Amino acid sequence: MSTLTKSESIPAPEAGHAFLSVRDLQVRFRTEDGIVKAVNNLSFDLEQGKTLGIVGESGSGKSVSNLAVMGLHNPKNTTIEGSITLDGQDLLKASQKDLEKLRGNKMSMIFQDALAALSPYYTIGRQIAEPFMKHTGASKKEGRDRAIEMLRRVGIPQPQTRVDDFPHQFSGGMRQRAMIAMALVCDPQMLIADEPTTALDVTVQAQIIDLLKDLQQESGTSIIFITHDLGVIREIADDVLVMYAGRAVERGTMREVLKSSQHPYGWGLLSSIPRINASVDVPLMPIPGTPPSLLNPPSGCAFHPRCTYRELVVGDKCVTERPPLELANGHLSACHLTPAQKQSILTEQILPRLSS
Amino acid sequence: MSAEQTLDEQSAAVPAPGDVLLEVNGLTKHFPVMGGFPFKRQVGAVQAVDGVSFDVREGESLGLVGESGCGKSTTGRLLTRLLEPTGGTVKYRGQDITHANRKQLAPIRSEIQMIFQDPYSSLNPRHTVGTIISGPMEINNINPPGGREARVRELLEIVGLNPEHYNRFPHEFSGGQRQRIGVARALALNPKLIIADEPVSALDVSIQAQVVNLLQGLQRELGIAFVFIAHDLSIVRHFSQRVAVMYLGKVVEIADRDSLYNKPRHPYTHALLSAAPDADPDTAANERIRLTGDVPSPLNPPSGCRFRTRCWKAQEKCATEEPPLIQLGGNVDGHLTACHFPEDGVAPGAKPADTIPAARLAKD
Repeated sequence: MSTLTKSESIPAPEAGHAFLSVRDLQVRFRTEDGIVKAVNNLSFDLEQGKTLGIVGESGSGKSVSNLAVMGLHNPKNTTIEGSITLDGQDLLKASQKDLEKLRGNKMSMIFQDALAALSPYYTIGRQIAEPFMKHTGASKKEGRDRAIEMLRRVGIPQPQTRVDDFPHQFSGGMRQRAMIAMALVCDPQMLIADEPTTALDVTVQAQIIDLLKDLQQESGTSIIFITHDLGVIREIADDVLVMYAGRAVERGTMREVLKSSQHPYGWGLLSSIPRINASVDVPLMPIPGTPPSLLNPPSGCAFHPRCTYRELVVGDKCVTERPPLELANGHLSACHLTPAQKQSILTEQILPRLSS
Repeated sequence: MSAEQTLDEQSAAVPAPGDVLLEVNGLTKHFPVMGGFPFKRQVGAVQAVDGVSFDVREGESLGLVGESGCGKSTTGRLLTRLLEPTGGTVKYRGQDITHANRKQLAPIRSEIQMIFQDPYSSLNPRHTVGTIISGPMEINNINPPGGREARVRELLEIVGLNPEHYNRFPHEFSGGQRQRIGVARALALNPKLIIADEPVSALDVSIQAQVVNLLQGLQRELGIAFVFIAHDLSIVRHFSQRVAVMYLGKVVEIADRDSLYNKPRHPYTHALLSAAPDADPDTAANERIRLTGDVPSPLNPPSGCRFRTRCWKAQEKCATEEPPLIQLGGNVDGHLTACHFPEDGVAPGAKPADTIPAARLAKD
């Protein structure tokens, strides 16, 4: 642990230092129907004080990979391979006891459904204070004070009285704020937010995003933000990872992925959402078909059954060979199209549609 | 009750395109809150919908937008008469159906259909797709030429499903496909009006566009009018020619699509539009209007203008006097706004960030 002490003692964000690094992560679940290959060969880095946005459909492995980072999978039916290094410490080799010390302390998580994630039997204050008391050994009184302070930080009015309320007395947006307070109570260095705004209204969603951005600026937390809303990605993410069928299909900065996507799936996502200022006469271009089953994923490129640009690739490479994640026109993408083809499709077909 | 006409008369009259199909006037729904001991009595009322008026024309799509709890779904359920209104009137082709009984409603139910939000809970898991889609025909005792099964297969084809899947069960389909089954069921009786209650919000992004395109195609080809309830402003804009913005049981602004999105006058519409995330990093980072707090409880809504507790322009007048839903000066026909101190009608993001504060100063 000697290598850790240096970075631990400096809470200020260090640019260029990969705080979390995931390499060749594989997550497999044994089910009655067979083995579900939920995540395959996933690699990414997260720097201190940065936000990584993970985009993908349900079942693309975005939540599963992050639950693996938190060590929250049931070890009885899950096999995890590869390596997950948090600040120099390998999380996959760490014991449950070590993980317990990290969870809620150095890394914490916000879940999508705040009502399901909060216990209905305990007051909000007690639930916020619990990880704080456990990790710092603080007394009940200190824990309560800390809970009030956290509720104030996340913008809940009258925290002194609301601290004794139960989750059902909070509205949806306030519950999500309480969850954020709970996740941040020990000043974690990394926060995983799993679709924290999906169930919320746009106005509340905007509040929560602003709150996370403010908190990140204050304490230099690294954030992994999982969502399927590209508009939210644009608001909060520095880097973006696009996942499909358990694999990363595209990785780059927010601007690169949203403005010059190099993968047919990314193009599909961009053309299937209506823009608030786009012409209404242009019909949406949906991605045909449905997401694949991970029990029996398609051969070769998992996206090939839904891809509209398949015939541009010479031969049947899309069906037989899985494209590697490699550099094309500035950022990483996994597709058999040549960089020149991608660039011409992007500039001639995709961008004109988006800007019309 | 001008609508004492008989039903036969109604079904005979075929209105010309553009005629008013559904007329809603002062629609109100208060859910009683019971309490007290030892005898339960009404201690209050959730004012879910309070005086909503609009009309839907033949073949047009009206969008209903608003935050959760603003009464948009309740409105949808009142229109289909799944709920009985507390006050106001709902007229379908001139016939008052506000308090119509089951028997009187039966012929109208076949013309007003509903698509539900959750494709997982709105389909009976024990029925096959065929049974689900032919259900409405069976209930209304309709025997299409060629038999019900042929009609179901035709419907499956219309919504883009394989007619061979007639005997499958809902669990064998994905979310998007299930929603298509729901659409097919709504189409089974050749409705004139479909109330779509958040038809895409439970679906994956890549699937949403498929269902939106399907509904849009149906609207265009079959001339079905839609009431499209959603909270996603960009999807509503894409789908609906006219849009009504609801807040806490009231319509605060209703207008044509272009007028509402380009020249919103109500502060709440402004706030909603500015909060909608846009995926284009090159769009000018417009100053977001941060609405503080949550929607007040409909048990005890604020006096006067209901938005005043969160409005940055609220003054005394807003607390005492309820703003009427009227056409403000400078607005196109049919653009109605309920606000004492409206914005000057520049869409957020259309101009640099200083527009909104400047407008505020000018009006105060």
